[in-house]
Amino acid sequence: MKIHEYQAKQILQQYGVPTPRGGLARTVDEAEQAARDLGGDIWVVKAQIHAGGRGKGGGVKLARSLAEVRQYAEQILGMQLVTHQTGPAGTRVQKVYIEEGCDIARELYLGMVLDRQTGQLCMMASSEGGTSIEEVAATNPDAIHKVWFSPGVGFSAFQGRKLAYALGVEGAAVRSFVSFAAGLYRVYTEKDASLAEINPLVVTGAGDVIALDCKLSFDGNALYRQPDIVELRDLDEEDPSEVEASTYELNYIKLDGNIGCLVNGAGLAMATMDTLQHYGGEPANFLDVGGSATAERVSAAFRILLKDQVHAIMVNIFGGIMKCDTIADGVITAVQDVGLEGVPLIVRLAGTNMARGKALLAESGLPIRTAESLAEAAEISVAEARKYAAQKHA
Amino acid sequence: MAILIDRNTRVICQGITGGAGLFHSGQMKEYGSNLVGGVTPKKGGTSVLGDVPVFNTVTEAVDATNADASVIFVPARFAKDAILEAVDGGIELVVCITEGIPVLDMITVKDAIKSTGARLIGPNCPGIITAEQCKIGIMPGYIHKAGSIGVISRSGTLTYEAVDQLTANGLGETTCIGIGGDPVPGTGFIDLLELFNADPDTKGVVMIGEIGGTAEEEAAEWVATNMTKPVSAFIAGQTAPPGKRMGHAGAIISGGKGTASEKIAALERAGIPVARTPSHIGSAMATALAS
Repeated sequence: MKIHEYQAKQILQQYGVPTPRGGLARTVDEAEQAARDLGGDIWVVKAQIHAGGRGKGGGVKLARSLAEVRQYAEQILGMQLVTHQTGPAGTRVQKVYIEEGCDIARELYLGMVLDRQTGQLCMMASSEGGTSIEEVAATNPDAIHKVWFSPGVGFSAFQGRKLAYALGVEGAAVRSFVSFAAGLYRVYTEKDASLAEINPLVVTGAGDVIALDCKLSFDGNALYRQPDIVELRDLDEEDPSEVEASTYELNYIKLDGNIGCLVNGAGLAMATMDTLQHYGGEPANFLDVGGSATAERVSAAFRILLKDQVHAIMVNIFGGIMKCDTIADGVITAVQDVGLEGVPLIVRLAGTNMARGKALLAESGLPIRTAESLAEAAEISVAEARKYAAQKHA
Repeated sequence: MAILIDRNTRVICQGITGGAGLFHSGQMKEYGSNLVGGVTPKKGGTSVLGDVPVFNTVTEAVDATNADASVIFVPARFAKDAILEAVDGGIELVVCITEGIPVLDMITVKDAIKSTGARLIGPNCPGIITAEQCKIGIMPGYIHKAGSIGVISRSGTLTYEAVDQLTANGLGETTCIGIGGDPVPGTGFIDLLELFNADPDTKGVVMIGEIGGTAEEEAAEWVATNMTKPVSAFIAGQTAPPGKRMGHAGAIISGGKGTASEKIAALERAGIPVARTPSHIGSAMATALAS
């Protein structure tokens, strides 16, 4: 689960990790008031959306007067901010964060993440602050320094010093850096984070170490024990179809294609998308109905797919413990309830009670095409989607 | 032969009185697995499924039944405790079906059990089956047919698809293991490839991977230098967009790493034929065997 920068910084502050002072604003007047409250003569106006790359997209501006704070807040609030992470449509900015300026001596990078290879948490630091860690990894991998944590031992001060000296941090700033890293470790492990990135981490002229930007994501599986993190969820930042799907416990992700997919199991759902593409089609979504595809959930899935204006729907079920006749019943009920409005439906059933399931589909008299294999179902779906699109344009 | 489990494996189920635990325990027993007991705190002294005794703790269950394998069906928030209890009780093979365990819990578990000699399969997996001998998990038993191919997979239903084809084209299987879709799995590809390599009954291995992490790349490297038997593969998620978690907690392309194309390239460099669609998994294995 993702949260906004201003929320992430509030969490850092709770753990004694220094950040600049700032205030949240939803209107231009609030932005000016926030700047007045902060005082000083230089402020940063920052768009609050979940995607990264905000600065390059024009969502972060340096203001040298209250008039400029107003001007930039006016520009940014309500804009469709396009970054490399938002997709071409961008994300509408509803909030800005007004922050005090700071005296930057050096910009560094500090991040924390699971290292899947070792099964341990890993802290990464780089002297190339402001640049994405992926870019540094590609162009200058030697500039990235790492330490790993054994879960029984946790963070040790020497690990912080190791990173600090490797980055060339000097004097009083070494101590500040170690305490910063220790705080970040506590945030990560006590809040069940899945990613922490401080980019840039700034060393000030006075030798203070502060988080100029901060990105935190959290482990969705651990939210049951992090009620205060759940409170920070911002549904405005999520795709409405994905939010609707989650209320039916459907694992759904919207994609750019035009063939809707409904599959049981995440691996098979991905493989179904891949097979469609192999035969020249484009999947409109990833959708895993999970272990129990009841009629209600299949209906909900169809409604979500049809809202995406798909040109065909392909159902691919490998019945294991779940039986194909149960699925067939669910599909028939869903088609009767929702109505396909002419969108072709291709169903491939395999596994437990396959014959009974196919018979039910045939007896229903509904316009449902069936296929034996995944490959055949994909080929038919691609052809049917083309036919449907041609008819629609005719 | 096969690997890890056979008809002599003595299995207990942790969470045997819960809905999923009870249903699948019944299915495992029906398949022929030697289900010798179950564990549910406070239900000790009762029995289920006719004659299967229930114990309060794993230690009690092991003392009474000599169990050597356990399958875990407890809810995610109790799974860490259940795995640690199984290992503490002396269980050698722990199979955790439970989905949705926090990553930090699995990091702790993996570290705690690494020096014990116990092996964990999963979590978030369909389990393990040695065809026509022993099933420890939730896979449909009837699609498996005793034969010569080992299967290692990060997926569930996609594995059934592969097994169905291996059975249909007459190859059959020795042991099939779902290692699970989480970012911190108990057992990885390489451990199991090593076991299959040493198993005289296994003539070839099918690997089913997916986007996220670098486990497939590492396995490819291992195969290139160590494996004496043919291996074929499939990687799911060629069309998956970066930054999105595709159902499984571990199936995510992050920081440009873990893409299907990188994995396919690494496998092919190691001489492993990669099926382009799941419908070709069976024929890819047949080709690998023939060459």
